[in-house]
Amino acid sequence: MTTQLTRRPAIQPKRMVVKTLQYSLLVFFLAFFLIPIYVVLVTSLKPLDQVSLQTMWDLPTGIDIANYVLAWEKLGPSIGNSFYLVIPAALLAALLGSLNGYVLSKWKFPGSELIFTLILFGMFIPYQAILIPLVQTVRELGLYGGIPGLILVHVIYGLPIMTLIFRNYYLSVPDELIEAALVDGSGIFKTYWLIIFPISIPAFIVGIIWEFTSIWNDFLFAVVLPAQTLGRLPLP
Amino acid sequence: MKTIKRHGASIALLLPSIVVLAIFVYGFIGVNLSISLTDEQGLNAESNFVGLDNYFALLDDPRFHIDVWNTLVFSVAFIFCSLFLGLGLAILIDQKIRAEGFFRSIYLLPMAVSFIVTGVVWRWLMNPAEGSRMSGLNLLFDTLGLDFLINQWHLTPTWGMLGIALPAIWQMSGYTMALFLAGLRSIPEEVKEAARTDGASEFVIYLRIILPMIRPVALSAIVILGHISLKVFDLIIAIAGKQLSLDVPAIYMWQTTFDAYNFARGATLATYILVSVAIFVIPYLIVTSRKERA
Repeated sequence: MTTQLTRRPAIQPKRMVVKTLQYSLLVFFLAFFLIPIYVVLVTSLKPLDQVSLQTMWDLPTGIDIANYVLAWEKLGPSIGNSFYLVIPAALLAALLGSLNGYVLSKWKFPGSELIFTLILFGMFIPYQAILIPLVQTVRELGLYGGIPGLILVHVIYGLPIMTLIFRNYYLSVPDELIEAALVDGSGIFKTYWLIIFPISIPAFIVGIIWEFTSIWNDFLFAVVLPAQTLGRLPLP
Repeated sequence: MKTIKRHGASIALLLPSIVVLAIFVYGFIGVNLSISLTDEQGLNAESNFVGLDNYFALLDDPRFHIDVWNTLVFSVAFIFCSLFLGLGLAILIDQKIRAEGFFRSIYLLPMAVSFIVTGVVWRWLMNPAEGSRMSGLNLLFDTLGLDFLINQWHLTPTWGMLGIALPAIWQMSGYTMALFLAGLRSIPEEVKEAARTDGASEFVIYLRIILPMIRPVALSAIVILGHISLKVFDLIIAIAGKQLSLDVPAIYMWQTTFDAYNFARGATLATYILVSVAIFVIPYLIVTSRKERA
């Protein structure tokens, strides 16, 4: 680079222009991504009489946390509910996904690739396509209107993506590790439990965070299979 | 004998997931399909086989025509813009800039927000009121002297879905950037170095070498964005509620099934959505699994 600079001094200002352009673009997109977040934060800190669409860009005159207190009072119980739903569902989905990923990457059998592809398809289906039978089934299982029903649904439909995450993670684990355990007399499950599970922490973190956010942000299942508003959908 | 035992154990471990997914994915798709071939009306127990009548009826349904148009407008705008914005941002971030981690994290931030929250904020930002009641982005444009940018957003006739696509692009382009960035970073430095030695400019290197090499990433991104756009639902509800001009098949399905108890029509709409997603996804899954086996 230095040799080029001495040979062609004209490159210096050109580089400056490029850099300035780059950083202007970076800052422009910073604003693009942060504007809605700014609006939410600023509005949340305003007292109620200052909140109006016309003054949405203005900073609040002072910091008022009354909205947060109110929100906490109203949402507190539901947040408890959310954790009671999200934590077991995310853990269970990750654990099952990890077992599936282990088998599909290290214990392949004829047809296992096809099974993997069929599992993966479950990740892409629009949930509308299974919604009617799902509501009927959850009802027949006696789980309608309760959190266990929602846990069941989230674990099942979380399985495909969890299987994918863990399978791809285990593909990078050397086969020799498994073979060594087998030579020492471990079976398929013992090898998983003693060798693979302890080294799966990074994949578990990725998987659980993914499941956690997608269940937390879920809307469709939570309205169709409401946890609290019993009788909102009087289906047969 | 040994292989049977070996395979038996692995199948046994997989079996619970296979059974559950076979029922809850494939079985339910089958049930849904069979409902769509009847005239089932929720509470009424009796239903008759009507063949493909529901499918033809929808093709003549003006509301379904609006839905198809809206989905098309939304999908094209959303996929195209997210893809180009994502690629542009990835190239920008890849220019050995300072505070790269900071910019990258902020760009990715919207992805962690739920569509419902995104929708509510953008409903404020895209408020179409005029004059002294002007607010949101229109007010910002007015203050900055960019009057020509003031518009009706999602309430623009015919093209309103572009206003819905904007928040979706805001939310997903950072994620698309992350996909592309991983692709860019996986290209060995030697390849670029070799091209530079041969006298290629940075622009030519991107156009002729880097872009062709990250084509598989673009394909994955299109499939991921595509299946999101065909299923879009909660974002629209949060921004605009249920209004006919911004209707999509997912909302129609929801209303006709759970508000009007027309299960048969709901199931038919669901099948249409499923087929549109499958056209996208199945070829992709087949290609990827073939490539991995090779």
